[in-house]
Amino acid sequence: MITIDDILAKYGRRSDALIDILHEVQDAQGFLTNDSIIKVADALDLPASKVYGVATFYSMFSVKPRGRNIIRICESAPCHVLGAPAIISALEKELGIKMGETTGDEKFTLEYTSCIGVCGVAPAIMINDVVYGNLTPDKIPHILSEYR
Amino acid sequence: MEFYRSHVLVCGGTPCVLGGCKAVRDALINEIHRQGLSREIKVVETGCLGPCDLGPVIVVYPEGTFYGPVKVEDVPLIVEEHLLKGRIVDRLVARERPVEKEVVKYEAPTYLGPQKRIVLRNCGVMDPESVEEYIGRDGYAALGRCVSQMKPGEVIDEIKRSGLVGRGGAAFPTGLKWEFTAKADADQKYILCNADEGEPGTFKDRLILEGDPHSIIEGMAIAGYAVGADKGFIYIRGEYAISIERMQKAIDQARRLGLLGENIFGSGFSFDIEIRKGAGAYVCGEETALIESIEGNRGEPRIKPPYPGTHGLWGKPTVVNNVETLANISPIILNGPEWFRGFGTERCPGTKVFTLTGDINNKGLIEVPMGITLRQVIYEIGGGIPGGREFKMAQTGGTSGGCLPRELLDVPMDYFSLAEAGSALGSGALLIMDDSHCIVDIARCFMRFFRHESCGKCTPCREGTDRLYEIMDMASSGKGRAQDIELMAELAQVMQRASLCGLGQAAPVPVLTMLKYFRDEFDAHIADRTCPTGTCGL
Repeated sequence: MITIDDILAKYGRRSDALIDILHEVQDAQGFLTNDSIIKVADALDLPASKVYGVATFYSMFSVKPRGRNIIRICESAPCHVLGAPAIISALEKELGIKMGETTGDEKFTLEYTSCIGVCGVAPAIMINDVVYGNLTPDKIPHILSEYR
Repeated sequence: MEFYRSHVLVCGGTPCVLGGCKAVRDALINEIHRQGLSREIKVVETGCLGPCDLGPVIVVYPEGTFYGPVKVEDVPLIVEEHLLKGRIVDRLVARERPVEKEVVKYEAPTYLGPQKRIVLRNCGVMDPESVEEYIGRDGYAALGRCVSQMKPGEVIDEIKRSGLVGRGGAAFPTGLKWEFTAKADADQKYILCNADEGEPGTFKDRLILEGDPHSIIEGMAIAGYAVGADKGFIYIRGEYAISIERMQKAIDQARRLGLLGENIFGSGFSFDIEIRKGAGAYVCGEETALIESIEGNRGEPRIKPPYPGTHGLWGKPTVVNNVETLANISPIILNGPEWFRGFGTERCPGTKVFTLTGDINNKGLIEVPMGITLRQVIYEIGGGIPGGREFKMAQTGGTSGGCLPRELLDVPMDYFSLAEAGSALGSGALLIMDDSHCIVDIARCFMRFFRHESCGKCTPCREGTDRLYEIMDMASSGKGRAQDIELMAELAQVMQRASLCGLGQAAPVPVLTMLKYFRDEFDAHIADRTCPTGTCGL
C-alpha cells in the first residue's frame, strides 16, 4: 500500500511536481481528501487553497468520493454524432443513477469526460484505464457485467 | 542481428488496442511458435496504419497483404495458410476499403489514394519501441548532421526556407519562432512539445506519439540545438496512457545510446527530455496555459505579449511546438527545404495529418498534401457517406473550427483558404455529418463543450460560452426568441475580440459559420418552433 508520505518522499519539495503528486495520491486513495490536500500543501510549502485550486481545475481529479470503477463518457461532437446520447441513457438505466452520481454500493461512478482521443471508433467510454469503442446501447450490460 | 523471411506487423495504436490487437498479437506469436516458424517469422507491434475502424489490422510482409479486422479465431488460419503454405487468405483481406485488387498492398495507391506520408513515414512500417528500427530508417541522422555539420543559424535557415508552419492550429512559421528564441539572451532556454491534444475529433498526435516516438525526440533535440536549449519537456494528456508509456521507453533508449544527454555525437551539445502528464483540461493545449500547468498551477492562459519565445517556462525563452510540427523536422533537414516545398501549396508547403470521424465510411488517420479539397478527402479517401445518406456539413479544425456546407466541398484544405471560408484547419480534425443531423442540436453540443472547458479567467469567454449554450438550448426546446440570432452574432463578436486566449476567440466560430450557411434551420427552430430534421427533440 503506497502512502502519501512515500509519494512526497519521491518528489521532494518540488512545487512544479504538484500535478504528478496529485495523480499519484488519487491513484492510491481513489479521490483527493481534504486531509491529503493539506498534507501535500504542507510538504510543498504551498497554501492549501492553491493545492485545492489545482485539484478542482482539472477534470481527472476529484475531491469527492467516487466509486471503485469510474466510467467516463465523452459527449463531444464526434461521439454525439454517432450516438453518445443513447449510450448515456443506457448506462443511466443499467446503473440506476444519473450522470455525475455514484451507485449505492459504491461500485460505479458516471462522469463526463473531454475527448478521449479514439474518435475513429466513436462513440466510446473509458472504464478506469480501459477504453471501449464502437458502442451501441445493447453492448452496455455485457461490458458492465465484467465489473460487477 | 537475426533475419526473418517474413514480418507480420500488428497495428498497436490505441484504436486497435481497444479492438483487441494485443490478443491478436499474442495469438499470432503462439500459433507461429506452434507451427515451428518462430525463427522464420517475426511479429512486430507497430504504430497506426490508418484505417482505425477496421482494427485490429495486420500487414504481412514482404507481400504487403493487408488483413482486417482480424479476430483471434482467424489467427490459426492466417498462420497455416499464409505463413506456412504461402496462400493468402482471401476471406480476411480488408475489403471494406475501395479496393479492386485481390491482394491489398499496404502502399498500393488504391488504398492510400492521394495520400502522402511524411509525418507518418514510419507509422505502421516499423516497431515504434525499437530505436534500432528507427535508426534503420535514417533516424537520428538529421540530428547527427545538425550538430556535427551545421551551425545553429543554418538549421533555423533551413526550417525557415522550407516554409513549415506550426501544425497545432495557429500556423505560425516554425523557423521564425525558433529564431525569436535563438536571439533571446538567457542562461536557460526550453523546448516544449505540446502533446495535449484535447480537441474533440483529433487523435493524430496520439497516433504519431505511439507510432513514431523517436521522431519527436529527434525534432526536439534539433530545435534545442538550433535555439540553444539543453532541456525539453513533453506535455502529454493524462488520458493517453499508451502514449506516455511508449514515449518514456523511447526517451530511455535514446539516453542509453547517447542520443539524449551530455555531449551528443561528441559535438559538445547536450539535451535531455522529461515527460509531464496533463490532468484533463482542454485549455492546456493553449501554450501559456500549458506552461502554467507544467509549473504546477491551474492551467489558466497568460496575457500575451510577452510571448513564450522570450518569456516562457519559468520566465525563460521557450519554444512550444506541436507534435506534428516536430515530426516534420528531420525529413526537412535530410531532404532539404526545396524537397519539402514540392508538396502542398505555395503558402502552406508540406502535408497535413487529418483524423476522419463522424458519418464517413473509412474513419481513421490520413496524411495528405496541403491544398487537397474537402471533396477528395471525403469521397476519394473516406469512401463517402454511409447508409446512402447525403453529406450535410463538415466541421474542419475540431470543435473550434467552422462548419462547411456542400457548396464549399471544393475548398482547398490549407490554413489560409479555410480561414478565408470562415473556418480553420486547426488541429486537423474532420468531422463529417450527414443530413440526419440538426444544426441547432450540433451547435448546442459544441457550446456545451466550450462552456465546460472555458477556464473562467476572462469574462468574455466564461460568460459568453454560457450564454451561447443557453440560447441554443432554448432554441431546441421551443423557447427561442426572434432577437436571439442578433444577440448570438453580437456575443460572438465580443468573444472573438475580447477573449484572452484562443479558446474564447475560437469558441464562437462554429456558431458563426452555422449561422452563415444554415440560417434557415435556426429560423425554423425559433420562428416556426419546428426542427426540419426532427432529431433535436423539438
